[in-house]
Amino acid sequence: MQSHILSMILFTPLVGAILLLFVPKDNKDAIRWIGNIFAALGLLVSIPLVPLFWAQRAEPGFKFLEGTANNWIPSIGAGYNLGIDGISFLLIMLTTLLGWVSILSSWTAIETRVKEYYIWFLVLQTGMLGVFMALDFFLFFVFWEAMLVPMYLLIGIWGGPRKLYAAIKFFLYTLFGSVLMLLGILFLYFNHHTLTGVYTFSIPELYKTAPQIPFHYAIWLFLAFFIGFAIKVPMFPFHTWLPDAHVEAPTAGSVILAGVLLKMGTYGMIRFLLPFFPGVAMDTRVRGWMIGLSIVGILYGALVSLMQKDMKKLVAYSSVSHLGFCTLGIFALSPLGLSGSVLQQVNHGISTGALFLIVGILYERRHTREISEYGGISNVMPVYATITMIMFLSSMGLPLLNGFVGEFTILQGAFMENWKWAAWSVPGVILAAAYLLWLYQRVFFGTVTNPKNEKLHDLTPREVLTFAPLVIMAFWIGLYPKPFFEILEQPVNQIVHTVRPNYPGLNGVVNASTQPTMPATEPEALIRAVPPAANAKGKK
Amino acid sequence: MTPSTLQTLPQGIEYVRILPEIVLSAFGIVIMLLDPLVDQRRSSRMLGTIALIGSLAAIAASQYQTQCPPGTAFWDMVRVDAFSIFFHIVVTTVTAVVILTSFEYMDVQQLHAGEYYALVLFGAVGMCLMSSAVELVLIFIALEISSISTYILAGYRRRVAISSESSVKYFLLGSFATAFFLYGVALMFGATGSTSIAKIGETLNAGPVPLLAYVAIALMFVGLGFKVAAAPFHIWTPDVYEGAPAPIVGFMSTAPKAAVFAVLLRVLFEAHAPGRLWLIWVVAALSMTLGNIGALVQDNIKRLLAYSSIAHAGYLLVAFAALPSSGIPAAMFYTAAYAAMNVGCFAVISHFASAGERRVTLEDYAGLGRRSPILAATLTLFLLSLIGIPITGGFFAKFYVFSAALQADLVGLTVIGVLNSAVGAYYYLRVIVMMYMREPREETPVAPIPFGLGAALAISGFATLYLGLLPGRVLEYARSAAALLR
Repeated sequence: MQSHILSMILFTPLVGAILLLFVPKDNKDAIRWIGNIFAALGLLVSIPLVPLFWAQRAEPGFKFLEGTANNWIPSIGAGYNLGIDGISFLLIMLTTLLGWVSILSSWTAIETRVKEYYIWFLVLQTGMLGVFMALDFFLFFVFWEAMLVPMYLLIGIWGGPRKLYAAIKFFLYTLFGSVLMLLGILFLYFNHHTLTGVYTFSIPELYKTAPQIPFHYAIWLFLAFFIGFAIKVPMFPFHTWLPDAHVEAPTAGSVILAGVLLKMGTYGMIRFLLPFFPGVAMDTRVRGWMIGLSIVGILYGALVSLMQKDMKKLVAYSSVSHLGFCTLGIFALSPLGLSGSVLQQVNHGISTGALFLIVGILYERRHTREISEYGGISNVMPVYATITMIMFLSSMGLPLLNGFVGEFTILQGAFMENWKWAAWSVPGVILAAAYLLWLYQRVFFGTVTNPKNEKLHDLTPREVLTFAPLVIMAFWIGLYPKPFFEILEQPVNQIVHTVRPNYPGLNGVVNASTQPTMPATEPEALIRAVPPAANAKGKK
Repeated sequence: MTPSTLQTLPQGIEYVRILPEIVLSAFGIVIMLLDPLVDQRRSSRMLGTIALIGSLAAIAASQYQTQCPPGTAFWDMVRVDAFSIFFHIVVTTVTAVVILTSFEYMDVQQLHAGEYYALVLFGAVGMCLMSSAVELVLIFIALEISSISTYILAGYRRRVAISSESSVKYFLLGSFATAFFLYGVALMFGATGSTSIAKIGETLNAGPVPLLAYVAIALMFVGLGFKVAAAPFHIWTPDVYEGAPAPIVGFMSTAPKAAVFAVLLRVLFEAHAPGRLWLIWVVAALSMTLGNIGALVQDNIKRLLAYSSIAHAGYLLVAFAALPSSGIPAAMFYTAAYAAMNVGCFAVISHFASAGERRVTLEDYAGLGRRSPILAATLTLFLLSLIGIPITGGFFAKFYVFSAALQADLVGLTVIGVLNSAVGAYYYLRVIVMMYMREPREETPVAPIPFGLGAALAISGFATLYLGLLPGRVLEYARSAAALLR
């Protein structure tokens, strides 16, 4: 029997959004309550997944499968097909948690057009969850694109002064990347048909045929997917939309943007880029470029953060730096690097999500994010200062907190591949400490210099509640990360095995699914696998 | 046709094969006859209702045709099969939606309704006939029936200068284009000795293709390309769309286009037109690019959508360059999806334009999201569909067109297409930005949505979502229809 737990998690927010449509728009409190209840419900229905998933963490392949390969649009072979492994499991839990936290944090921050806000937020939640659950490439793309609209509106309607510019820039950048990805998806789809005679968008099926594409075609497909994902991550030099979008988005939007949306790019790299094009990913030049861009991102993001006068911009650029670590881990292509990367994605969601909430709380009280406006805040808001300190330390990677575990594992993985990669990245950690501690010093220490800050009130119980789960998670991952690594072990080893079949000491790997279905691939079959016109594209 | 076939009179079933056309003509004539008999002030509603009943009856007639065995009629001039029924249903449904939109529009603009509804129905007759005609001379006649109705309708706001300009421009350039088409037909007859598409196909397929046939196809393509507003025959579109009454723009940007695309499909695929690939390649790439670039700088929503329709003609033509097995169903699906979303767009524009069509600039749409949430939400749905965002028909249509093109190894054209659709997103988003992210310029509430318009919006909105969420059935139907064409 199929379990429907994934569908339940996926559609709970959407049900809330539909319900909200029927609430009169002037009844703001009712709207807030319903929005929060459904966000909390979204988290609650995902919690049973934890023990269920834990019980089968070592089993190979995707779990909690739902639907069949072509039950949606049979004529093209697209299906409503869901399933998760350890990587998507962690990101789904992160999404439901951050979704609840950010909706809770919007209670007083959003005063205008409340009804639309909660509707779009809940719709966005469904879109993001769908991206992590889809096992069908068509379905994946539908969620990937559909999710753009609510985020665009969240930035464009409830954002800051330059919201229109930021919203359109966000939308166009991402759309540009995803149309290229769509071409790549179609290529894989037709390639699968040439090799097997079956039209299907099923991701597990495509895993079998995509690696057989010869290198000189695969490199272009790799690039098409890479640009789509790299814009989303965002990797240097595709990052320019991010500071605008982050700074102009409302607090909760920034939390979701940083916490979950960016992870869709790294998730795409792990889920598609590596297993589809193992040959390209392992190519020395390609890998060199990927690692190089990651390191530039780490250092550049950190240096730019150091220079910011606006707190939110500082946090936004720090994301570029932190995501650089994630991509570094991915292209280290070792079990340590990959599992470190996924864990760091979760960590970044928790700590940077919290940092945006922290900035949002000051902004809500003072309506400015200029660092120079503040000073001595720890005197007037002690609870707030404490929580901020914990999250800053978590973000900069202090031992015993979550950031350390992720970054350390990534650096370890990178070091084992090439010590220079690790050596170049380490300054990123130091710079992170510099820009965060310097920010802390300027905002919280000393005496209150600005008279406007004297009357600031400390956190309300609701605000403490929004931080509580994040602080708990930060300590949990920092003190006892073993369960997380155990969840990641099987899927990560599987991916490493696909890319590097000779990598020593991989547990829990199934050989069958990574082997080509055709016993021996004839050279002609390979040539037929990709239409000749791909050559024409290659020449351009 | 031989003399002996001429002597056999048409059988009963042959009349069924032109049943939608008969129904539409009959209702059109009834409206013409009633017009002088009824009081002018009340005539609008009544004649409109009759026209609506007529279009609904035509939809029913098209449905009824699916029950009958497919075949030809009237000495092989008309063929009714799944392919033509598909376009019949698109055309008649669009007609019904346009009539529903016009109820309120005619009252608000204080236009005399008499010939208006009759002309809409006669136009639909031409379009239906175009999609079922398999003989070039009949196609030409049908094209003229549909064109002449739309020429007049374009100038229906006769007290307004730009409306008359629109009509004259459309008429002069349009007649020029149909002349090209007719010249092509004549040359094709010279090259192959027949005007029947099936026979032309046999001749061209069998032996060496004479040079004359290439010229004939090119000339016919000029005429048809003009009608679908494909670049470089698109110059008329923005001016005509700007001046014509909004519901009519919704009508003529969808229904005649669908019918002409049906003709193009028949001419290019069934007649095995030579030189199809490069002709289409260039025109498609030009239309997409010029349409999208032109739309970027428009401030009038009707002009914006005019350029957008040029771009969409380009996307649609991409499917024509693909293989018949996937290209034809892709083109058919796109036609249906485009009809649904564009006619919906213009329904919103017609309502919002108010008396004298004074609110048609993008600035006027500022804050519509607050002034009329339902109107803004439906317009947003149609615009997102035009961008090609998932769960709307526009997404799946584009997806299917591009996948057909990739299957035919048209990588270059597909890349141009997807990049264009990313560029295109910008100007549709400008409208959404205006509606939701700008403060309204005037706080006066928008007139409430009357029943007719509500029904029109509901039909087109439902169709847009249905084609996006559950495209399977329509796609299967289009595929089975496309198989008949080869």
